[in-house]
Amino acid sequence: MIGIQPIDQYARDISDEKQASVIDGSSKGTDKRFHVLHHDYPDPDALRKLAAAIKDHTLHHLGEYLEKAEKALIQRGVNVHFAATDEDARQTILSVLRQHGVTQLTKSKSMAAEEIHLNPFLIENGIECLESDLGEFIIQLDGDEPSHIVKPIIHLNRRDIAKTFLREGIANDYNDDPETITRRARVHLREKYMVAQAGITGANFVCADTGRLTLVTNEGNSRFGMAPVPVHIALIGIEKIIPQEKDLAVFLNLLGRSATGQQLTVYTEFINGPRSANQPDGPEHMHVVFMDNGRTDVLASNCKEILRCIRCGACQNVCPVYRQASGHAYRSPYGGPVGAVLSPLLFGSRFPEFADLPKASSLCGACNEVCPVDIPIPDLLLRLRDKAKRESVPSAGAIPMSPFATLATSPSLWRTAMTMSKAMNHLPIQVAPIKPLQDWLGQRTLPDSHGGDFRKWMKERKKDRS
Amino acid sequence: MASQLQRPSGKRVLLMGTCLCDAFYDDVARATVEVLEHLGVTVEFPDNQTCCGQPAFNSGDWVASRKVARHTASVFAGEQPVIVPSGSCAAMNFHGNILQFEENPDAAIDSLARRTWEVMDFIANGLGITKWPGKFAEPTRIAFHRSCHSRGTGSGEATLALLASIENAIITPFGQDEQCCGFGGTFSVTFPHISGRMGSLKLDHLLATKPDILVSGDMSCLMHLNGLAVAQGRPIKHLHAIQILRNSLP
Repeated sequence: MIGIQPIDQYARDISDEKQASVIDGSSKGTDKRFHVLHHDYPDPDALRKLAAAIKDHTLHHLGEYLEKAEKALIQRGVNVHFAATDEDARQTILSVLRQHGVTQLTKSKSMAAEEIHLNPFLIENGIECLESDLGEFIIQLDGDEPSHIVKPIIHLNRRDIAKTFLREGIANDYNDDPETITRRARVHLREKYMVAQAGITGANFVCADTGRLTLVTNEGNSRFGMAPVPVHIALIGIEKIIPQEKDLAVFLNLLGRSATGQQLTVYTEFINGPRSANQPDGPEHMHVVFMDNGRTDVLASNCKEILRCIRCGACQNVCPVYRQASGHAYRSPYGGPVGAVLSPLLFGSRFPEFADLPKASSLCGACNEVCPVDIPIPDLLLRLRDKAKRESVPSAGAIPMSPFATLATSPSLWRTAMTMSKAMNHLPIQVAPIKPLQDWLGQRTLPDSHGGDFRKWMKERKKDRS
Repeated sequence: MASQLQRPSGKRVLLMGTCLCDAFYDDVARATVEVLEHLGVTVEFPDNQTCCGQPAFNSGDWVASRKVARHTASVFAGEQPVIVPSGSCAAMNFHGNILQFEENPDAAIDSLARRTWEVMDFIANGLGITKWPGKFAEPTRIAFHRSCHSRGTGSGEATLALLASIENAIITPFGQDEQCCGFGGTFSVTFPHISGRMGSLKLDHLLATKPDILVSGDMSCLMHLNGLAVAQGRPIKHLHAIQILRNSLP
């Protein structure tokens, strides 16, 4: 009944090299992220709570704000599309591309696009689709999957990348110097930008009052992607709306600091709409695809706080389970604590498939402590465990607890069990035929039972004093 | 944790001994009684208490855990503060219970939540004692593992201040102190490999500072860490913070 959990198995079988890369990549910078936030703000928790309140307000009035954003975008000459499902989003993007006769495009990093597996879909439909974020570019060369929200190749080291470049003809010789790797990618990508006919991006924020899109990167690749092309398509989850431009001050200050320990990312782009008459370049056509794909279901659930997420990856970096298991263990573009909540909810009809994810946490709360929008992730994981139990999902691997409840609500039985537990000191419990117990005791010892000793002491003490 | 804002203090308290002290760590419960009595507090131990219900709660079996929580709330009924020598069981009372009863709030559960204190938090913030008149015979290096369930509460700061005020105590900071020991109750049983690796990493960081004693406010963390340490041939002297307070008294 209680087998090995898939994530535990993944962590056991992961190569030492991959695990070392993940542990190193996620733990490095923890202090920096902490200090930049606490140095610049005397009370970062107040800022986090403010960000959470703004997000909650927006989500509570999401319909109104989406309508407002749509109006503002249309006024700026943007074509606005709504996609209810992942398939709708893919088909909408494909038809826009066909309408403009696009056969090659570049794409900057987007979790929404990862979520709907946009790349393989476009390639299947004969459209060359090149990732322009360095990490995502390497993922694409390897036919791999990203394993971190902001650092997609956190699981690789520079030797892995140098080998890929040599194998794929990006380089003519093996060189694992990071600067050389970056220069080589740059030469390759710049040629591709010039021949692309469209650019696809996501968006970090959409301000409902003006319809302006905000996009942050550290490589400037989305700017390059948009500059020479006639068509820009932005795929955006509906929860990315914020009410007003002035709210950006809160979110941009939190996002860079929480994600990478930067006060601001290297590039912060504000996209007003298609190129205007007095602008020398930029896309003439702009399309925004607002995607639901399960989000309104999440909004109606008791875990709606997860929709506050601004995709900074801070919870992944600090999560001890993520560090040991890597993002790939979570079987979705969203790994780590945020993924353990988001995947079972977002892919709602596939809940049983992901019902084990919320179990993969010691509920240590490190994620909540660093979350820039104060998402109570441990509480959400617990609510999802309750849901799995109520819906009797077998993959959740629940330990049967009703015998425990019976014991813990029968005081005299409990006291007897405590006293009797001393007998266990002389029993070879490590040979009991229970696999998880064997695994547990294979690595650990249990202290000797002193069952009931304190109660006895307390009684005697009371007697002595009366 | 809004329910915790109006926590009652006072010199008559109920002790929630925790199931771990009931089964393994009787001396921690004894130390709790002795320290509180030393401070002039009258301690009563309701004999019908069992467990806070956290194992069932964390497993997702809230039908079972609500049953246990209702039992606990009735055992600790009244107006007195409830003192717990565990950040984890205390958090179950004032946070976990609120969560599992959010759809059907319960007055007894709310009352228990409002009256529950982790013991070090109670000493510092309930009784207002921030300096401890204790002394070690010789300089003693203490590695203090701040247990995860005390995040966002006053327990960590309270414990650190009290320990640091003991004469001859040297608090040794260690790397990645925000990281969990890997126990997590049922987590360590269902994810034994990840849990073991988390614990070993924690031990590496802790032992690198060559502490004389490993101290925490939760015996569950210490049980896990020492269980691993013994199996790895590097046992470490480990005590609950309340034992340190008692042992250091002249």
